[in-house]
Amino acid sequence: MKFMGYRRSNGKVGIRNHVLIFPTIVCASEVARMISEAVPGTVYAIHGCGCGHVGADKEQVIRTMVGITGHPNVAGVLLVGNGCELITPEVIAEELAPIGQRMEIVSVQGNGGTTRCVEDGKALAHKLLAEASTATREPVEASELIVGLECGGSDAFSGLTANPALGIASDMLVADGGTAIFSETTEMLGTEQVLGSRAADPQVKKRIYEIINAAETKAKTMGADIRGTQPSPGNIAGGLSSIEEKSLGCIRKGGSTTIMQVVDYAEKPTKKGLIIMDGTALDVMNNTGLLASGAHLIVFTTGRGTPVGSPIAPVMKVSTNSVTYNKIKENIDVNAGVIVDGEGTLQSVGQQIFDEILAAASGKQVRAEVLGHREFDIHSTTVV
Amino acid sequence: MQPSAILIDRKDNVATALRQLQQGDSVQVGIEDYSVTTPLLQDIPFGHKYALKDIRKGEGVIKYGETIGLATEDIQQGQHVHVHNIESQKGRGDKK
Repeated sequence: MKFMGYRRSNGKVGIRNHVLIFPTIVCASEVARMISEAVPGTVYAIHGCGCGHVGADKEQVIRTMVGITGHPNVAGVLLVGNGCELITPEVIAEELAPIGQRMEIVSVQGNGGTTRCVEDGKALAHKLLAEASTATREPVEASELIVGLECGGSDAFSGLTANPALGIASDMLVADGGTAIFSETTEMLGTEQVLGSRAADPQVKKRIYEIINAAETKAKTMGADIRGTQPSPGNIAGGLSSIEEKSLGCIRKGGSTTIMQVVDYAEKPTKKGLIIMDGTALDVMNNTGLLASGAHLIVFTTGRGTPVGSPIAPVMKVSTNSVTYNKIKENIDVNAGVIVDGEGTLQSVGQQIFDEILAAASGKQVRAEVLGHREFDIHSTTVV
Repeated sequence: MQPSAILIDRKDNVATALRQLQQGDSVQVGIEDYSVTTPLLQDIPFGHKYALKDIRKGEGVIKYGETIGLATEDIQQGQHVHVHNIESQKGRGDKK
C-alpha cells in the first residue's frame, strides 16, 4: 500500500508540511504565540519546560524538543529563546543540524525585547513559509509510515470494540512493513508474560519486564499499589475477571504481532514493526512522546470522548460506542460503536481505521485538525 | 441486527456479552467464516463472559488470544466465566 507524503532532503518522510514556531523555554512562550498568530499558516507548540532540568530528565526534555522540532512533518522551525535558559535555541539547533532540519533562531534578550523579537521572528517565519510552500507530495510505501497508538477516557466498550479494531489496523500496517508504537506502561501491568512471550528476542523481553516493574515500583513510592487494587470492585462488577484481562483490553490496540523493540519516551526506534514506548498515562504528554519517537500520526481510542490534537500531526479519534459518537460527532473520525449496533464488525472497523490512516497520511484532515485542536505538553520528571 | 456478544480472537474460549443475556438464549459469535453458537446455561450480564467450549480445571481462559487466568473448576460450555471460577496468574488485590 502507498500514501502521498513529503520526502525531505534528509530522506525522511513527512505527512504534514508545517512551519513550527517553538519556544525552547517557557519564558518565550508568549513571544512564540505572538509570532505564530501574526503569521497565518504557521503553528506553535508551548509548554512549561526549558530550565531546571537535571540528569536523565534534561536528556529527555532535549530529546523530546529535538524530536518535535526536527520531525519530518515540520518543514521548517523557528526556535524562540529568552537568552539565559538551560535549553537555549542553540542547544536544540546543535542537535538539529546533523539531521539537516531547516531552522531559524530568535531570542528576547538577543533581538532586543519582545517587540523586536516578534518583528524579527515574523520575518523569519514568512521566509520559512515561502520555502515550505515548494514541497510537494509523492507516492511513499506504507512501510515508511509510523503510527502512534493511544487511548484515553476508556469505558467498558474500549476493550471490546475500539481497541481490538485498532489492533487489527495495527496488524495490517505491520504486515505492510510499517511501524506501530504503543505505550502507557501502567496499563501493561499483569501482562508481562503475555508481552514477554511476544518479544523478538531475550533483550526485548527483559526490557518489557523492566519497564512494567519500574512503573509499578514508581506508583508504590507514591503510595499507590496499582496491582494490588486491580481489577477494582467496579471493574469486577463490569465483568473484568483479572488484571490480565483489564490490561489486555488496553494493549490489544497494538494488535498481535511480535514486539520488536522497547524505547524510552521520545526515543526513536531503530526497528520496524510493533514497538513499545515506555510512556506516561497523561494523554497529551504521551502524544508528544510518540510523535518525538517518530510517529507521523496518532490513532486515539476513546470511550468518554476527547478533543485533543497536536500542533504537528493528525490525532485521529476512534469512539468505542455510539452514544459518545452521537454526543460529540464533530470530534470523532471513526465510530467503533457500530460493532455493538450490528452495523459493522471488528474486521470492518479495523479496515476502516487502516484506510483512514492512509488517507490522513496523504493529507486528509482529521477532525482534531479541522477543529483547530493543537494541545501540546512535554513530559518532564525532575524540575529542580 | 444487534449482536448479543462479541468474540475478539479466534483462539478465545470465552465471548463477552454486549447486552444482558438470559439463560436458555442461543448466542452466536464469529469472526469472518468462523462461527460458534452457544446455548447459555446461566444469565450473563452486559460485559461479562461465557464459555464457548468446556474448559477443564487448571486450563487457561483465553480472551484476546491470551490467557487471562486459569479455571479453578471445570467450566461447561454456556456457563458464566468470572472471578468465581477463574483466577488471575498475577494474584488479585481484593482477595488477600
